[in-house]
Amino acid sequence: MRVIADQDKCVGSGQCVLAAAQVFDQREEDGIVTLLIDNPPPELHEAVRQAAAICPALAITVLEEP
Amino acid sequence: MSRAMTNTTDQALVDTPDYPMPRAAGCPFDPPPALRALQAQAPITRVRLWDGSTPWLVTRYADQRALLADPRISSDTTAPGYPHISAGVRERRTQARTFISMDDPEHARLRRMVTATFAIKRVEALRPAIQRIVDDLIDQMLAGPTPVDLVQAFALPVPSLVICHLLGVPYADHDFFQRNSKLLINRDTPPEVSRQAQATLTDYLDRLITDKLAHPADDLLSRLAHEQVRTGELTQRELAVVASLLLVAGHETTANMIALGTLALLQHPDQLAALRATTDPALIRSTVEELLRYLTIVHSGRRRVALADIEIDDQLIHAGDGVILATEVGNRDEQAFADPDALDLHRDARAHVAFGFGVHQCLGQPLARVELQVVYGTLYRRIPTLRLVGDVADIPFKHDGAVYGVYELPVTWSTTHLSETA
Repeated sequence: MRVIADQDKCVGSGQCVLAAAQVFDQREEDGIVTLLIDNPPPELHEAVRQAAAICPALAITVLEEP
Repeated sequence: MSRAMTNTTDQALVDTPDYPMPRAAGCPFDPPPALRALQAQAPITRVRLWDGSTPWLVTRYADQRALLADPRISSDTTAPGYPHISAGVRERRTQARTFISMDDPEHARLRRMVTATFAIKRVEALRPAIQRIVDDLIDQMLAGPTPVDLVQAFALPVPSLVICHLLGVPYADHDFFQRNSKLLINRDTPPEVSRQAQATLTDYLDRLITDKLAHPADDLLSRLAHEQVRTGELTQRELAVVASLLLVAGHETTANMIALGTLALLQHPDQLAALRATTDPALIRSTVEELLRYLTIVHSGRRRVALADIEIDDQLIHAGDGVILATEVGNRDEQAFADPDALDLHRDARAHVAFGFGVHQCLGQPLARVELQVVYGTLYRRIPTLRLVGDVADIPFKHDGAVYGVYELPVTWSTTHLSETA
């Protein structure tokens, strides 16, 4: 799995951090999304899919194939 | 115009239902039956508002999410077709515009000035202070007489104290700003009263910002005054308007979730017992999400206007048409949530749209979540015998509010079996 986070689209709602804190973080200065890892291990896949599904700005893209 | 066409038009006028709709007697937690009927039979249809306008009403969850995330859907409250909640709310949303009433890129520029404050880690760092606020208020209730109105003694003070702490607004002024907030949030407030309430609140915050510029403290108003007003990004008046939005939004909504949520739990004793018995943070978190979904206190829909023709679900929404996303019934859509009318604290309700969806989704949601987690995780554990005084039928519900809730909630408890510590 590969994860892409679009910082231009992000509105800083923090939903992704709540869903998968091992994968997503927020910039100190404005709360905009940053990726901690972009190829999460299988045990985090479900949480990452959840993060993408609840992101209000549709800023997270999940590529299931590596 | 032919006679047949006139008749069709007349028929359409008769068939266009009024919105908002009344809830059923005896079902204070459920959306109006007429909304459920539309969701089943006419999920995108015209409704009639207070001013005679006939915007589209969208009642299904999937359509709501699609439209709220669609860049062709605008939040511009000054657009001619924008479907306002009432004359009073129109006054406020057009005279004192903030980023919630704007589109990108201006919306993003202004919203990003305040997003850092509500980042998950920053809000998580406030949890101990919020826990202290909640425990102190419970101590005061337990030391006082019963019965007590939970709204005044607890539900309003918790978020008011928190937002005052965060913004740097003196809590001693809470009677003043709560009174004005109430006027701004009621559907029935006349425009001139709404304008006055907004001006009074903005003047107050403007003076406070002057003070913060001279004597900065460790709070959001001081930070914004220095980062945005000093640099010319915002005028002092613009910041005062943003601050008034944060102050109003920061306590009315959460207060309603605390009081109405407590009433809902008291009406579901099995669920309340499970919550009271747990220290599992996962159950407390899912309780918050489920109550947000189940109650959806923003019960006047999310209001938008179309910027272009949009085809959705066999309907054509034209550019300039008003659009209302009735999330209060979207969160009860069986296509999105199994057995949607059941309150089930164990369900995964995180995909609810109680905070809206799209770029305007609630800015303060991380703070609301932590406040509600602390409240629901503490109140019933420390006062296990908490119960309603009188009958639920006698409780005054905020049917007239842009945000739903209860005006008062008389409660009492047995003085034995109190938990000593938090």
